[in-house]
Amino acid sequence: MADPTNTKDRLPPEVRAEALESLLTERGLVKSEVLDGFINRFVNDVGPMNGAKVVAKAWTDPDYRAQLLADGTGAIKELGFAGPQGEHIVVVENSDDVHNVVVCTLCSCYPWPVLGLPPEWYKDPAYRSRMVREPRTLLSEMGLDLDDDAEVRVWDSSAENRYLVLPQRPEGTEDLSEEDLAALVTRDAMVGVAKVSAG
Amino acid sequence: MALTLDIEGPAAPPRLNGELVFEEPWEGRSFAMVAALVEGGLFTWDEFRDHLIAAIARWESDPSGEYRYYERWQEALESIVAELEIVARPEVDEMAAAYAARPPGHDHHHHDHDHSH
Repeated sequence: MADPTNTKDRLPPEVRAEALESLLTERGLVKSEVLDGFINRFVNDVGPMNGAKVVAKAWTDPDYRAQLLADGTGAIKELGFAGPQGEHIVVVENSDDVHNVVVCTLCSCYPWPVLGLPPEWYKDPAYRSRMVREPRTLLSEMGLDLDDDAEVRVWDSSAENRYLVLPQRPEGTEDLSEEDLAALVTRDAMVGVAKVSAG
Repeated sequence: MALTLDIEGPAAPPRLNGELVFEEPWEGRSFAMVAALVEGGLFTWDEFRDHLIAAIARWESDPSGEYRYYERWQEALESIVAELEIVARPEVDEMAAAYAARPPGHDHHHHDHDHSH
């Protein structure tokens, strides 16, 4: 009855998800409490605070920074952050001359172990197409005005590579501890749609 | 759904720097079903990603209504379990239709457990 390619005839997704969960449960393939566990883990335990710790360490430890830029996945794993969608993390560094920003034009690829699940706007068709076409305009609309002479590099995430932006350490934070620095680092800065401010 | 978020400590600001991950409970269930099936070895994230890309592209080629990411996710999940002959489409359609026909006020979750999250 339902044409899989015709999204207009579909029953509401909440009943479809519920039906599928029942059918998978009957087959012994999922368990309700296991699903609860996944939800809890991704909503509460995995999130951008992991990435913030990575950034703060890179800001305070030059050796770690070098390692992170050379082998993102390995350096991130060293801090204990690994898991699905974290196999090929490439870290790109912002400077006065270069601003990096991350997008996934085809779907929603995102480095889960360090940023958690992507925010709504990252998955939005407008963000996905416009960040490639007109990054400066879109960044400006999102509240980030870049110097005219700064180069903008847009990184398109894929199954092969997921990107994490290493933002610039803000001025006036020389005396802060690694822990205090981590508290300044935002998810948006690590996607490249914001800068880190000194607080 | 009620969520307990850690709002203290240095880890809190980045976590609160965004909205909740799932807008509605079914989105979390759909997400978690994929995670569980990947962990169970029925398919890989990359294989699921191919179905997700296709589901998103189908919507974008003929947009109808508001774009809802997790609707495309659910569509991709149905598509991959059908392709792998784990659950056939008509079965999902039939059970979903039965659920949709329940009288108002019926407890949406027919399982006897409590979704306490």
